[in-house]
Amino acid sequence: MLEAKIPEGRLEEKWRNYKAKCRLINPSNRRKYKVIVVGTGLAGSSVAASLCELGFQVEVFTFHDSARRAHSVAAQGGVNAAKDYVNDGDSVWRMFYDTIKGGDFRAREANVYRLAECSASLIDQAVAQGVPFAREYSGYLSNRSFGGVQVSRTFYARGQTGQQLLLGAYQALMRQSTRKSMQLHTRHEVLDLIVHEGKARGVVVRNLDTGELSSHFGQAVVLATGGYGKIYYLSTLAMNCNASAIWRAHKRGAYMAAPSWTQFHPTSLPQLGSYQSKLTLMSESLRNDGRIWVPKTPGDQRAPGDIPDAERDYYLERRYPSFGNLAPRDISSRAAKERIDAGCGVGPMRNAVYLDFRDAIQRLGLDAIRQRYGNLFDMYRKITGSDAYKEPMMIAPAAHFSMGGLWVDYELMSNVEGLFVLGEANFSDHGANRLGANSLLQACVDGYFIAPHTVMHYLAGERIDGPQEEQLQEVGERLLQQCSADLKEMLDRKGNKTPEEFHKELGAVLYGKCGLSRNRKDLLEAKEELRKLKDEFDLNLLVSGASKNINFELEKAGRVRDYLEMAPLIIQDALQREESCGAHFREEHQSEEGEAQRNDEEFQYVSVWEYKGSNEFELHREHLDFEFVKVSERSYK
Amino acid sequence: MRLILNVWRQESPEHKGAFERYEANDLDPHMSVPEMLDHLNQGLIKKGVEPIAFESDCREGICGQCGIVINGEVQSPESHCTTCQTHLRSFRDGEELYLEPFRAGAFPVKKDLIVDRSAFDRIVAAGGYIGANTGQGNEANSILITHDRAEQAMDAAACIACGACVATCKNASASLFTAAKMHHLNSLPQGEPEAQQRALKMVEQMDAEGFGACSFTGACEVVCPQSISIQHIVEMNRYWRKAL
Ligand SMILES: Cc1cc2nc3c(=O)[nH]c(=O)nc-3n(C[C@H](O)[C@H](O)[C@H](O)COP(=O)(O)OP(=O)(O)OC[C@H]3O[C@@H](n4cnc5c(N)ncnc54)[C@H](O)[C@@H]3O)c2cc1C
Ligand code: FES
Repeated sequence: MLEAKIPEGRLEEKWRNYKAKCRLINPSNRRKYKVIVVGTGLAGSSVAASLCELGFQVEVFTFHDSARRAHSVAAQGGVNAAKDYVNDGDSVWRMFYDTIKGGDFRAREANVYRLAECSASLIDQAVAQGVPFAREYSGYLSNRSFGGVQVSRTFYARGQTGQQLLLGAYQALMRQSTRKSMQLHTRHEVLDLIVHEGKARGVVVRNLDTGELSSHFGQAVVLATGGYGKIYYLSTLAMNCNASAIWRAHKRGAYMAAPSWTQFHPTSLPQLGSYQSKLTLMSESLRNDGRIWVPKTPGDQRAPGDIPDAERDYYLERRYPSFGNLAPRDISSRAAKERIDAGCGVGPMRNAVYLDFRDAIQRLGLDAIRQRYGNLFDMYRKITGSDAYKEPMMIAPAAHFSMGGLWVDYELMSNVEGLFVLGEANFSDHGANRLGANSLLQACVDGYFIAPHTVMHYLAGERIDGPQEEQLQEVGERLLQQCSADLKEMLDRKGNKTPEEFHKELGAVLYGKCGLSRNRKDLLEAKEELRKLKDEFDLNLLVSGASKNINFELEKAGRVRDYLEMAPLIIQDALQREESCGAHFREEHQSEEGEAQRNDEEFQYVSVWEYKGSNEFELHREHLDFEFVKVSERSYK
Repeated sequence: MRLILNVWRQESPEHKGAFERYEANDLDPHMSVPEMLDHLNQGLIKKGVEPIAFESDCREGICGQCGIVINGEVQSPESHCTTCQTHLRSFRDGEELYLEPFRAGAFPVKKDLIVDRSAFDRIVAAGGYIGANTGQGNEANSILITHDRAEQAMDAAACIACGACVATCKNASASLFTAAKMHHLNSLPQGEPEAQQRALKMVEQMDAEGFGACSFTGACEVVCPQSISIQHIVEMNRYWRKAL
């Protein structure tokens, strides 16, 4: 039933073969087809602009007030590409291998290879769009290295790479937005997916300014709605990131893959107080020159400068000598948690570790460090009020990226025909752990280079107006009425606990019991706690205001409800997988030195879940065949 | 920490607005302004009062969503910061604050502290792009761009479209926003072929949206969270004159 549709041929021929054979639509016929795109992040803006350029009608929705504010804007560090400008031995193959290994051999070979293969063209295209990547004095593009690899393949625009790539895509989108064939709806939130005769045919949306609901139809729907790490409440994601669109699509039949695989970023700023609404990320690029340490003695209260080298534990350098401070994210985050749990954490809440630039400043000079990281140091000062040139930064792991998401095949189409899922919203290329700077790439490659072909291929097989069109309108109307009733019901509940309070509690359960490390007992407890929390939500929710105008509480209530429905699946997914792989660390499955132990014999597959009604999910397995790489232990020692 | 907050409340664009006074107790000096409003709102909701509508998303100074006016100043007490990067530690315990939306004809108030900044999108749609279709592009290193030129383009491109420049300008001019985008693109070899068209169209759209003329006071540069220089406005005028 789960057909990944991987093309025949050698790895490096697959995508070429696919493109050579995929169906096309005559330019003059394209305008007869309409594609609905949800989301204007890198994935959404890029695919919408590309499809519109090809001549399709495109209708785009985002809850943001401008397409340019999608959360891709916040990515700092960079975007990977196998250009090998540095002549340090990089290649498409090496990038493919790094990504497969980084994902702990839990991703599809063909997809990952294609990601690496398209990476170089993305840089070419971004430069053509005016993305001001950093340059050497010679005028050539500059590169730096990121965690989990030993080459320098990361392109960057100061600490604002996501912003610059997004502006490129946003500008391409705005260029099309003045054409009749493009309709761009900002401040519109998708509430439901319209599936008719087994195919995705439209969406129900709410105008967030007026509260008005409406249905919109097309021959295909693209969801590019980003990640759901905000389910943990405290995360590096923006306040309004959510799982709603993918969750509601899941309830309409789309399978969810590996929902418990969430990456915890090792270099976020620690939580300082209970009022805190989010955690700010410090770019991973800082690990190029910063050294991570904690005091050797638990509870050491001395100021960092007063602790001599011999009494510092540079635990990443100690445990992973060949990758050191550039060990991949899952490993670095877990190593930090291990030290914090051992009582060696620093900062007022003892929940952080140091990231120290003392040695780099001595080696390279203050100016060089300022030039490389000046804006990050400024940002650190703005947030914490302290000066990282003088004392080490304090950092801690935080929920950051969803490797899991809606299951898609090689064409980025879900099991629901005509539903395409792009960017962070899908499960595709990162396996059980994403490498830094690979996800801006993935969102762009999905939207600029893959979906334009695969969506056209799909549309070429679709009738434009069949006899079912009238029924389709009826389905849309029925779903709209249902969404309207749901909203009213939440407003009428009039309990005494706000969505925010529920969200905080949900986050605390997930962080504590299904976070950086998991075990059976905790997961079972979490399941019970989440059930109670959802029951309470159903009885005791308090949403103020009305449905007919701007009402952030109502928006939030819907998002929290979806999170509360999704959380049990996250727990079930984590429980079911009796192995440790990538970001999924089951305490029962570790070596004596505390390293993750995979179980390839039993778990070399992606867990794919089908929605079966209230809290029931059926497991399907997509077995992963490794034809081209040898599955090995993932060592960074 | 405690603050007295006078907050602009306005139900919709059609309604008249007014300041409402609230007392906020149990504040933490390390809270950001949006976190303070979250805290205040939770209390209001519990009392059956409609919470204050305000926008914020990234809460780290990059999405450009959150700007408001505090005590008549668009400028944050922490210089070159967005509202979400402004912390209560910049205010005195017990201080009285006035919070209101950005004021500009081209930014109508939607509700409470929220304004409509879609005019910016339309300025970009008019010409704030490079007309390269997606999926194409020469080999990236085939056109060299000097380090300084790339850095300069990045200085301009860093704009987050928050609208602080408009809100602080006595003419409510969008010159800094428009000039930053224009100069970013026009200064790069890739953007040069369309430079003149771009200048004409963007300026035309800026005027059509009802933004005023540049006031030449430099107030925008002072409040800009990304420290974008008014030098770009000089460049914009140059491009525009050349294009006429
Ligand atoms: C702080 C931070 C730093 C990062 N740094 C890096 C980095 O350096 N390198 C890297 O490669 N990756 C990085 N990442 C990850 C990367 O930024 C994201 O994975 C990527 O940008 C996701 O893009 P997207 O297009 O899939 O989603 P997003 O950019 O999140 O866009 C989602 C869009 O969907 C819309 N949307 C969502 N739900 C709905 C709905 N129900 N109705 C209507 N619209 C909806 C939103 O309005 C938005 O337009 C970082 C992530 C974070 C959080
Ligand atoms: S909330 Fe994004 S800039 Fe302030």
